[in-house]
Amino acid sequence: MTQTIDHAEAKQLMQASLDGELDAMTQLRFDAHMAACPRCSADYASLKALSAAIRAQATRYTAPAELRAALAKALPIDAAEPSKPSNVVPFHRRWLGPAGAGFAVGAALAASLAIMIDTHSADDMLAAGIVTAHVRALQPGHLTDVQVSDQHQVKPWFDGKIDFAPAVKELSDQGFDLVGGRLDYIDGQEAAVIVYRRKLHMIDLFVTHTRHGGGHPDSLPAAHATPSGYNVVRWSDNGQDYWAISDLNRNELGDFAKAWLGR
Amino acid sequence: MGPDTDTARFAEMAMPHFDAAYNLARWLTRDPADASDVVQEAMLRALRFFGSFRGGGSAKSWLLAIVRNTAIDWMRANRPSQIAPPPADDGDPLENIADQGDDPEAALIRASNRQQLDRLIADLPPEFRECLVLRELEELSYKEIAAVTGVPLGTVMSRLSRARLLLQRALVRENAQ
Repeated sequence: MTQTIDHAEAKQLMQASLDGELDAMTQLRFDAHMAACPRCSADYASLKALSAAIRAQATRYTAPAELRAALAKALPIDAAEPSKPSNVVPFHRRWLGPAGAGFAVGAALAASLAIMIDTHSADDMLAAGIVTAHVRALQPGHLTDVQVSDQHQVKPWFDGKIDFAPAVKELSDQGFDLVGGRLDYIDGQEAAVIVYRRKLHMIDLFVTHTRHGGGHPDSLPAAHATPSGYNVVRWSDNGQDYWAISDLNRNELGDFAKAWLGR
Repeated sequence: MGPDTDTARFAEMAMPHFDAAYNLARWLTRDPADASDVVQEAMLRALRFFGSFRGGGSAKSWLLAIVRNTAIDWMRANRPSQIAPPPADDGDPLENIADQGDDPEAALIRASNRQQLDRLIADLPPEFRECLVLRELEELSYKEIAAVTGVPLGTVMSRLSRARLLLQRALVRENAQ
């Protein structure tokens, strides 16, 4: 942390920082150089603008409904009867087998999110529960029990519903809008869930009594991906455990944790 | 474990990533009909190889690697004229980014629109395009992109840098006019 970095190294690290691939220490050193160097920080601003423009504007193509339907119909048939090695013939015909053996795409989707979590440790169990709860909450109408955009409405709502007082923070000036809150039940204990939004991405912040102890964290928490593709970041603060989960990229979810911790 | 259970397990694994599979195929082939063909073939291959998927690494990268390889085979067989040799590496792209200017450049980049970005990304050499799409649109980590594309981590980083550099230059050039 004491070692500073120079221009050349900053340039080398720029892409990795943008992509959330730096370890915490290197990230801090990189940030320190950016704060002190207008030229590098202008370059970094361009790079960030490009990434933001691509993410906001470039087309994410979605599979046509016919293709999805054809797949649903075809899968069980092809499973019983392995297909021939691929060649240049168009594949459409192969998919038009007898109907009736389809599967429920929605159910499969929800189930896979829960199943694919590795359940080795208590934390993993908790993570699995949180992913499941997050997915459940994303179903229409389930996201929030109290829907407001003001911390003074969310915080009192939890009073008397749970036996601890979760901190509800207003972070909209940092790009995270408060959407509301709800109660959930994670791995055998009650959790307060505070819901934020970043553009189109929902962030569920689960708050429970701590099982790790400890006060304000010394190191910045890092976001990591769950096997189901959601990103998770956890920290403990003031006797409570926090888990933020979202389909937001790791970098921005890390920013959320930083914003929450006031750094 | 019977075939039905296998298929159900496969569906559970693959369906959440079906749009990602299509998106990658669509960007690699640059054509909706070609993308549909590639995705169908890729799903059949994936199902056939499902036995070799042991849950190590992410399901998304596993599936996208198959989509990617299927797309390349498909393009070789059906669109050979579009397969170009990988572009020569003309030095460290990071060297070049730095000297291009200050905040006005960021403003020019922000002035981009969907149509322009789609066109410029589609025009990137395929090796650069796939890294960019996997990173920016599918939000895979470097490690996952390396797993999908089958190239070393360093190559992923340099291709991604070059893709961004080319896009940055093109956007600045077009939007400055």
